[in-house]
Amino acid sequence: MDAIILQILNGLDKGSAYALIALGLTLIFGTLGVVNFAHGALFMIGAFCAVTLNRILTLSHQVVDESRKDFLGNPLKVDVPYVNDWFGEAAGATIIDWSVPLAILFSIPVMIAIGVIMERGLIKHFYRRPHADQILVTFGLAIVLQEIIKYFYGANPIPTPAPDVFRGSFDFGVLLGFDPNVIIYPYWRLVYFGFAALIVGAVFAFLQFTTFGMVVRAGMADRETVGLLGINIDRRFTIMFGLAAAVAGLAGVMYAPINSPNYHMGMDFLVLSFVVVVVGGMGSLPGAVLAGFVLGVLESFASMNEIKSILPGIDQIIIYLVAIIILLTRPRGLMGRKGVMED
Amino acid sequence: MSKSTLTRRGVLRTGAVAGAGVALPTIFTSSRASAFTNEPTGGTVTLGFNVPQTGPYADEGADELRAFELAVEHLNGGGDGGMINTFSSKTLDGTGILGKKVEYVTGDTQTKSDAARASAKSMIEKDGAVMISGGSSSGVAVAVQGLCQEAGVIFMAGLTHSNDTTGKDKKANGFRHFFNAYMSAAALAPVLEKMYGSDRKAYHLTADYTWGWTQQESIQAATEALGWETVNNVLTPLAQTDFSSYIAPVLNSGADVLVLNHYGGNMVNSLTNAVQFGLRDKQVNGKNFEIVVPLYSRLMARGAGENVKGIFGSTNWHWSLQDEGSKAFVKSFGTKYGFPPSQAAHTCYVQTLLYADAVQRAGSFNPCEVGAALEGFEFDGLGNGPTLYRADDHQCFKDVLVVRGKENPESEFDLLEVVEVTPRAQVEYAPDHPMFAGGNLGSCNPGA
Repeated sequence: MDAIILQILNGLDKGSAYALIALGLTLIFGTLGVVNFAHGALFMIGAFCAVTLNRILTLSHQVVDESRKDFLGNPLKVDVPYVNDWFGEAAGATIIDWSVPLAILFSIPVMIAIGVIMERGLIKHFYRRPHADQILVTFGLAIVLQEIIKYFYGANPIPTPAPDVFRGSFDFGVLLGFDPNVIIYPYWRLVYFGFAALIVGAVFAFLQFTTFGMVVRAGMADRETVGLLGINIDRRFTIMFGLAAAVAGLAGVMYAPINSPNYHMGMDFLVLSFVVVVVGGMGSLPGAVLAGFVLGVLESFASMNEIKSILPGIDQIIIYLVAIIILLTRPRGLMGRKGVMED
Repeated sequence: MSKSTLTRRGVLRTGAVAGAGVALPTIFTSSRASAFTNEPTGGTVTLGFNVPQTGPYADEGADELRAFELAVEHLNGGGDGGMINTFSSKTLDGTGILGKKVEYVTGDTQTKSDAARASAKSMIEKDGAVMISGGSSSGVAVAVQGLCQEAGVIFMAGLTHSNDTTGKDKKANGFRHFFNAYMSAAALAPVLEKMYGSDRKAYHLTADYTWGWTQQESIQAATEALGWETVNNVLTPLAQTDFSSYIAPVLNSGADVLVLNHYGGNMVNSLTNAVQFGLRDKQVNGKNFEIVVPLYSRLMARGAGENVKGIFGSTNWHWSLQDEGSKAFVKSFGTKYGFPPSQAAHTCYVQTLLYADAVQRAGSFNPCEVGAALEGFEFDGLGNGPTLYRADDHQCFKDVLVVRGKENPESEFDLLEVVEVTPRAQVEYAPDHPMFAGGNLGSCNPGA
């Protein structure tokens, strides 16, 4: 029982990342009709926003410490962050410690700007082109973006820890009546799940309860009619692309302490996120979120030793197996609408 | 009146034969004209450095390339000479190799076997490389070693740690200076016993490819010989990034040690995940839960940040060693590039010097004569103490370092501390040891 609860928790945080990326993918597909293979790269850039802010906050000047030696035997040059000079050592250390949460604020304008530039500069030229062209150009863009990141940050993972207060694990077992240390779960992964739920809720509320959201939803349903009413739907869709980029970026920022960011992390999530979108139903926002969590949990269960002893290798194929079964039984996905991607 | 014998058909035939001759790859023509593949004829000799320049190991590849450039500089008489000054063999004098200036070409392995073979092939056929070196993966090393055997050039392996490279996949033209999984386990096990006792239950997570398998097999055998019990061994996909679903079952498995048979990005992520799940704060079977990483890469351990603190592992070489060879290499490398070299850089630098020295001693670039000079060669002064290039399998035998993640690092390079230099005798094994069985060195191929 404890193993099952642990894998459900695992699946929820894995599903959180899938759901956030798939949500952005679906927003872009639903509004602009573009299959965006660069979306994983946006997730990766989000993680590197956290790395970048950490580097900005740790910008330092060097102080020579004569009492210590460097690897060549010369007096050691010790880095002293400027924030320590400005705010004092304790406050400076706290600011650096909280660099990942602070990166949320940093990443939103950066990611919206990247999204808008991507859409206006490249993707708008492919609206009327076949999906195959869109996939090729956005996949190419993803490779360019990751090579740019690799050029500036290298190929190795870069540790980006969560604030000290979120290190360690929460003892769920005690809460549920189990012995201590039986079901423990890292605090930051719980934070990640809560954050993902908040973002998903905010996006749905934005689309549901604001005039802007109403126009976007109307545009998703019938773009031409909304245009005929004198509404500049293209401009709103561009903004939605920026918002989708911001959602992917935020998912990346908060993921940075879970696994050290590297230039390739976007590709690791991209294919799975597309499967999530297809399983959820092309163009369906609730479907993307639902499928994200369902597939995340199933993937976790498939990694259990008990399951793998019966079905070796199932952890590698479970997501694709479920996708095949769903598409055979419900060709439009879990919550797909008629007419989407069917022409 | 003279009669011309020139016919249209004759011109075409002659042209076709001449064209085919010109177009024939040098790998074939040279072997006919020379005694061996790519025999240097001018005033230069070309070496081929095949390293990952793109892909996840690109940083390690870049460090290897720096070391190769430094070695070439030293061979040609540039810089301060580095380890040439401390090398026990005194044949290298800064005038190149056999009086020929050393030049080099580079290839990108991409850490993919097919790409690595293609780039090595190109360097041999198009650039005339007489030796191939470098790499950061056992899969790549085995693939390129096979190619070099077929092409008739020497392969001086870079970072490759699988037992198979000098075990079942060994080749007469291939030579490995780097240590292997068996040696890691043989060095690490006694230290683990000293630190954690002989009554332990180990749970293994293992990267599902050649290196992971041999590493796991080696460390399991070594720890079970101490009295440890192996609770489980779970194979994890090489492409896995989040190991949480593999870590969770460890919590209640009854194990009190987690052995991460992972390297590179896998190691960074699995170790980070394990620490996040509070494994190191757990008490199991009345003991502190411990994590072990059998093969450390200082370059990549940086990615795991503070999570490496206190974690034991092994490494081929470390820049903090205080022998004369290591100090000379760190000084040369650090002065040129501004940071200390990695173990990958060290092994590549050493391999280049060893090759050059073997050519000098053999008096020829013929790979069979070079190979004979390397076989059974005993040397010192290159950073690992007295070392033997064993003739039976072309594996170097030398001291192995057991290291631990440093609690209070003084710089971003100061991540590991050497806790024991395990003597060579303790990591030696018979050439026909079961973990290395199944292969055949074969005979040297000069390519002629």
